[in-house]
Amino acid sequence: MTTVVTENCQRCRFTDCVAVCPVECFHYDDEMLYIDPDVCIDCSACIPECPVQAIFEEDDLAEDQRKWIEINAERAPELPSCSEPMDPLPGADERKAELGF
Amino acid sequence: MSRPGTEQNPLRVAIVGSGPSGFYATEALIKSGLTTRVDMFERLPVPYGLVRSGVAPDHPKLKQAMQVYAKIAESPEFRFFGNVSIGKDLQISELRELYHAVILTCGAESDRRLGIPGEDLKGSHTATEFVGWYNGHPDYRDREFDLSHDTAVIFGQGNVAADVSRILAKTRDELKHTDIAEHALDALDKSNIKHIYVVGRRGPAQAKFTSKELKEFGELADCDPVINPEELILNAQSEAELEEKSSAGNRKVYDLFKGFSEQSASDDKKRRVYFTFLKGPVEILGKDRVEAVKLEKNVLSGDAFGQGARGTGEFTELKTGLVFRSIGYKGVPIEGVPFDDKRGIIPNTDGRVTDINGTIEPGLYTAGWIKRGPSGIIGTNRADSVATIKSLTDDLESNTDSAQKPDDEALVKLLQNKGINYVSFADWKKIDTDEISRGEPKGKPREKYTYVQEMLDIIK
Repeated sequence: MTTVVTENCQRCRFTDCVAVCPVECFHYDDEMLYIDPDVCIDCSACIPECPVQAIFEEDDLAEDQRKWIEINAERAPELPSCSEPMDPLPGADERKAELGF
Repeated sequence: MSRPGTEQNPLRVAIVGSGPSGFYATEALIKSGLTTRVDMFERLPVPYGLVRSGVAPDHPKLKQAMQVYAKIAESPEFRFFGNVSIGKDLQISELRELYHAVILTCGAESDRRLGIPGEDLKGSHTATEFVGWYNGHPDYRDREFDLSHDTAVIFGQGNVAADVSRILAKTRDELKHTDIAEHALDALDKSNIKHIYVVGRRGPAQAKFTSKELKEFGELADCDPVINPEELILNAQSEAELEEKSSAGNRKVYDLFKGFSEQSASDDKKRRVYFTFLKGPVEILGKDRVEAVKLEKNVLSGDAFGQGARGTGEFTELKTGLVFRSIGYKGVPIEGVPFDDKRGIIPNTDGRVTDINGTIEPGLYTAGWIKRGPSGIIGTNRADSVATIKSLTDDLESNTDSAQKPDDEALVKLLQNKGINYVSFADWKKIDTDEISRGEPKGKPREKYTYVQEMLDIIK
């Protein structure tokens, strides 16, 4: 089992999750965050922090979101680590409203 | 002389307690950009607080947080002083002489009381005792739990209550490859407990379990969860609570309860965990020891998200020989530090320790459960410690005091003069390695030492 960042994070990247990650398992690119499943300890602290509910335990993923398991596992290790919260991406608040949050 | 935090005048900080909050405070100090020296004090010879002795042995992944702390501990700015009890071996006043700042991260070491008659009868325990016992904490090593009865009752519906009932429910096979202490594994193996009641004062929509912890009850080798479907009927306010987007977690918990209530327990399984709601403990009954608990049926009153439990005057009794209360941890006071006895925390403003009237005690800070109360999980404490260190560094900027504190040697000399046999991080690593190799032949990640003297003997 692992914890996965999904598409709601795209164009948001709020990083509230990062502040409560006990093991620094988040990584980032220009679009979103990713969780390194080899480092994540499945504590789920990040899940309720996400203002757009982009983070899920693997078992709770909808069928069309399961592709994110592999995307997180592949992308995270090759990207820089995000250990401190950063500013959200420009337009994040609009995107959040668009997503209905 | 320059302000503390420079090469000429390093910021000297003492951290009291070596659990997650202490390590995250250390990490935040090291990342602050200031030149710092951090000395961490721990009353046991071994570090990591509740990650070592609170997190359940069958949750090994959560324990991997220790690897992060070990990495922080490798920083050249950091020193560990185990087996040093602050308030006994060293006084807070002495630390304030030696350090620019003292950060109290000693957690919440005791339990809230139910405040009902019979609470101290033999057979009535705190969850803390039991958790400490199965995790090999030296304070609880020699506690005895009478597992000869067939029924146990746990008051509380949070993750600690879940841990306690799950450990009672598991078989030897389910536990033998974890880092559970050997004495506990042996005692649990002989347990006669068949019925485990997890009792909540409020309803299923207000239970504090995480869905992940609760889900595990559906996956046990020799135990099935049981819930009376009638107990899952919600009032309008609770329905409204679960419909809120922010209640996604509670909704998942409720759906799990629902699933449990729809399954019939398997006859092949020996044990049952019963989740029961809207029942308040009013008395623990028994002559010389626990024989039963008296429960009052509750109803919820108030608005959504503010519903409290109110007694109805209707009582039931449940026969049991073993009771655990798990209704929240509570901090214990430290000599020389203000304490809010009602809330069980050190009074503070954004991590700056204050007296009970709110006046700041310069140089004293706090983080973690002793700062905000026992809520949240490991990672919650990271954000909390970062916030405290932000207060500390802000204070340094606004403070013109440039006092220099004694060098690294001063503390070592003080400890030597007092004849205190402290444990360094290198010493701990010896204990760590030894525990791991002791566990290996049994297929356990480690076999903990459970007496302080045993730990100290390893590093002699």
